[in-house]
Amino acid sequence: MSNAQSKLSAASFLRGAIVPLIVIAFWQALSSSGLINPVVLPSPVAVVVRWWAYLLPSEPFDPAQSSWFLWALSGEMLTDAWSSLYRVVLGFAVGAGLALPLGLTMGTSDRVYGLMDPLLQVLRPIPPIAYIPLAILWFGLGNAPAIFLIAIGAFFPVLMNTIAGVRHVDGIYLRAARNLGAGRATMFLRVILPAATPYILAGARIGIGTAFIVVIVSEMIAVNAGLGFRILEAREFMWSDKIIAGMFTIGLLGLAIDIAMNRLNNHLLRWHRGLDSQ
Amino acid sequence: MATLLKMTQDYAAMTAATTAVSPAAPSQIQVRGVEKIFTVGAQKIVALQGIDLDIRKGEFVCLLGPSGCGKSTLLNAVAGFQPPTRGTVTADGKAVTGPGPDRGMVFQEYALFPWMTVAENVAFGLQIKKMGKADIAARVEALLEKLHLQDFRNRYPKDLSGGMRQRVAIARVLALDSPILLMDEPFGALDALTRRTLQDELLRIWEEVGKTILFVTHSIEESIYLADRIIVMTYRPGTIKQDVRVDMPRPRDGASAEFNRLKRDLSQMVMEEQQRFSADEIRSVTAD
Repeated sequence: MSNAQSKLSAASFLRGAIVPLIVIAFWQALSSSGLINPVVLPSPVAVVVRWWAYLLPSEPFDPAQSSWFLWALSGEMLTDAWSSLYRVVLGFAVGAGLALPLGLTMGTSDRVYGLMDPLLQVLRPIPPIAYIPLAILWFGLGNAPAIFLIAIGAFFPVLMNTIAGVRHVDGIYLRAARNLGAGRATMFLRVILPAATPYILAGARIGIGTAFIVVIVSEMIAVNAGLGFRILEAREFMWSDKIIAGMFTIGLLGLAIDIAMNRLNNHLLRWHRGLDSQ
Repeated sequence: MATLLKMTQDYAAMTAATTAVSPAAPSQIQVRGVEKIFTVGAQKIVALQGIDLDIRKGEFVCLLGPSGCGKSTLLNAVAGFQPPTRGTVTADGKAVTGPGPDRGMVFQEYALFPWMTVAENVAFGLQIKKMGKADIAARVEALLEKLHLQDFRNRYPKDLSGGMRQRVAIARVLALDSPILLMDEPFGALDALTRRTLQDELLRIWEEVGKTILFVTHSIEESIYLADRIIVMTYRPGTIKQDVRVDMPRPRDGASAEFNRLKRDLSQMVMEEQQRFSADEIRSVTAD
């Protein structure tokens, strides 16, 4: 049974590898033919070599300085990935942390909704990128403007979905809870909030996606570490192999974030009809 | 065989308990002059009119009628979800002003909280009452056992069949230990066999705990099988057409002559209303 399953997954893995292998082979052939300047398009081999160098620690191991583990993590790529991830998480936490209570309040109270909605409707279509000049003017350079921009990127998706989630809570749950004697606080914390979680988490997923876009852009402008900064820096030295190696790393980090969100989703929504029990 | 004998004895005891309720027992639910008018656009619909009803403590009463006869509206008025336009509802001597745990409700759509496990659903009302943890655990355990749900305690509602879900919903209101149980077509969405099992379980529990039950159904057989009293309602305006007392001993045999005589009488009454309902439906379509 498990043998058959592993055969199946090995087969589907091989099938999944066909198209990428063709693309890489074509790319390598193009580079080897000498028709294209390697600065414009480096060969896949050069990119892999550069990616590996980017991953490895830049200093030789010195037992007097640090432990082996810290040394292994001291490479440029991991430091960059960590800086970017730190900004995404912090910025997302700020944006979602403001959006969630506001969304819950706007979803439950028509009065608050009426007060806040016009302003939010005007602000919502402004892309977070358009806040860059203002962010630099207000916060200067460094982490602060980056986190501000990321927070704006995460804020609106979480807000809009939280409002929708609260408004779509099935009335039957409210009736049942009132019948069981639930007061306002219980109703809110144990009925409305969990009932709205599928929507809220969908918003969080969009929000973290936006945060990831904004972190790369903001690193190209305001900071001197991080994956976004690194690929812009590589352009100044004409290291196109490093640009592509950096882009690949950005893709990997994005994938890792998405997988983590998916896991969290599956855990928090393990009760939800749409999911099979784990 | 032994269990069958045991069941028969249980039912005999139950029949005795039921007949022991004297006509002089105080009425637990009082409905006086209740009228409910819905306004749909420019149209006024009289859902209930001039409803007077007294339900005694421990009585099992079915509200029977076709769609649109106002039986659910009446139940919702007693539950406190929809206050009547005119008239009063009194439960346990107190005027009904809103929903409350003294009148536990079982909904046709189960209305279990899908994010809570079976045990958490049953415990919810007790946590609201601020009962101690150990007491809650003990009572939840007893109810899970009573409704044969022990093996499902950590499941989520999505992993349960309709019959199992309705057992959880019944356990959840029983946990409140409210004197009155309101049931809005609770078995309407279940298949016939599951339905019969749950009807028997409900009767067994009712006999054990002696609650007053107000039960809405459009199934004539279900009402005869379950109720002490069947209130047949008319279609628009919703009024009480007839108040029928069922004196057959339980368990009631659907094949018996008495059962079928009553079924014929009730069918005639309900079908009269059903015809008015269909005529109305056809009229509203042709008027468009």
